[in-house]
Amino acid sequence: MQLKNIKGKVSVATCSLLQVTASVAQASDTDWDIDTAFLYYSESDSRVSAFEPAVYAGKELGDGERIDLRLVIDSLTGATPNGAHASSVAQTFTTPSGNSTYVAQPGETPLDDTFMDTRVAVGADWTLPINRLSRVKLGLNASTEYDYLSLGVSGTYIQDLNNKNTTLTAGLAFNNDTYTPEGGIPIALSPMRAPGDTNREGSDDTKTLTDFILGVTQVINRKTIIELNYSYGMSDGYLTDPFKIVTVVDPLTGLPDSSALVNVNADALPYVYEKRPDSRQRNSLFFRAAHHLTQDVIHFSYRYFWDDWGITSNTFDLKYRYEMGASYLQPHVRYYMQDAADYYRHNLVQGADVDASGTVLLAEVSSDSRLSKFATTTLGLKYGYAIGKNSELSVRGEFMNQAFDDANVRAGEETPDLDAIILNVGYSFLW
Amino acid sequence: MGVEPWERDLLAKDSMRLAPDYFDNFYDEHIYFSKEATSGGQGVGGGGCGCN
Repeated sequence: MQLKNIKGKVSVATCSLLQVTASVAQASDTDWDIDTAFLYYSESDSRVSAFEPAVYAGKELGDGERIDLRLVIDSLTGATPNGAHASSVAQTFTTPSGNSTYVAQPGETPLDDTFMDTRVAVGADWTLPINRLSRVKLGLNASTEYDYLSLGVSGTYIQDLNNKNTTLTAGLAFNNDTYTPEGGIPIALSPMRAPGDTNREGSDDTKTLTDFILGVTQVINRKTIIELNYSYGMSDGYLTDPFKIVTVVDPLTGLPDSSALVNVNADALPYVYEKRPDSRQRNSLFFRAAHHLTQDVIHFSYRYFWDDWGITSNTFDLKYRYEMGASYLQPHVRYYMQDAADYYRHNLVQGADVDASGTVLLAEVSSDSRLSKFATTTLGLKYGYAIGKNSELSVRGEFMNQAFDDANVRAGEETPDLDAIILNVGYSFLW
Repeated sequence: MGVEPWERDLLAKDSMRLAPDYFDNFYDEHIYFSKEATSGGQGVGGGGCGCN
């Protein structure tokens, strides 16, 4: 199925000679490439649900110049883990606003059910030719949600070599994000307090992200193309999650224990707000390949990630596009595994990690399960159908499972698996 | 290694783009960014999110 749209050019990583070939062939094309999509994402146990409509529009402006635009609206509802773990006793927490409470029953993973947000994100890329073999792409991104504002710029230089069999890419991006959480910024490592009384140090905080990428795309032969990228990123500023807490437990019973924290605040609950480092250096090597069989196409990618938080991860992704004339089926499998951050702790033990005055003895700590050791497995299937020459309708369904490593975790405190379904419908056409 | 211009028939197919499914890729990046501690590798730019 050969559609005319060349929307893949939006991604830096797809700035291969293939898109160059396509854009040259379609330089006189004055149609807009339109891609519309709708995502439904739903987690088990009434956790997060997301509805995410999106539209993309791209257009050749002539002589290799191109503009790409994107609008995404993301509506989230449901409950999200607050970082504390399940216990054999009921646990009461104060909501982020500091005005009320919610309860996790014995054996339940504590979930904050006040979670609800709508995010609007826009993006624009402008590709400008320098000469026949090189071009630059300039990008702007902005997104806003109830408690978060993100503004970003990016620039990428793309150079074709070797009779356009090789493409080199160098890109730089800068983001400035502002967090204005409900209830304000908690004082890190201070106790969560009863409603009406808060430990706050301000209403907002910021972080900056600088990312750099070097990439090479290479045509191997008539049926195979590969890409290799090295990425380096720096995050600085407020990298803590203001809604996440860590349980302080009694060393003998393992039950939540506020006996020392009450020396900090008389109404302290047995939890402290997490604290992450204020900087992070991220690295990744990313490889992907596309290989054409007789009719079908195989896509494979692998990423190795490492950072100075002690996290490493491996991600494998495989798609097999089975052609059926005007339609296709595409099974998909993704497997991800990561190690825990150095400062990840399942909980804090009174006496060992928190002294008698209620002071946390660690410089940084988080029990956010996303920073723990775990694996994600995703299985999916997509069906695409060409409607006429220039449009396509597609439906994709996927199942995702996250299994957390509970070695050395006391019975009854385990982090349960997270299951989620991913459904999205897409329709692309020329306009 | 490489091909001549007249040998690009298969490589020029949409299905042979390295990221052929724009919104599938976009949604996946967003979902896994919010559920995992590591992300990126495919490119720069794309905007931030309070989800992680």
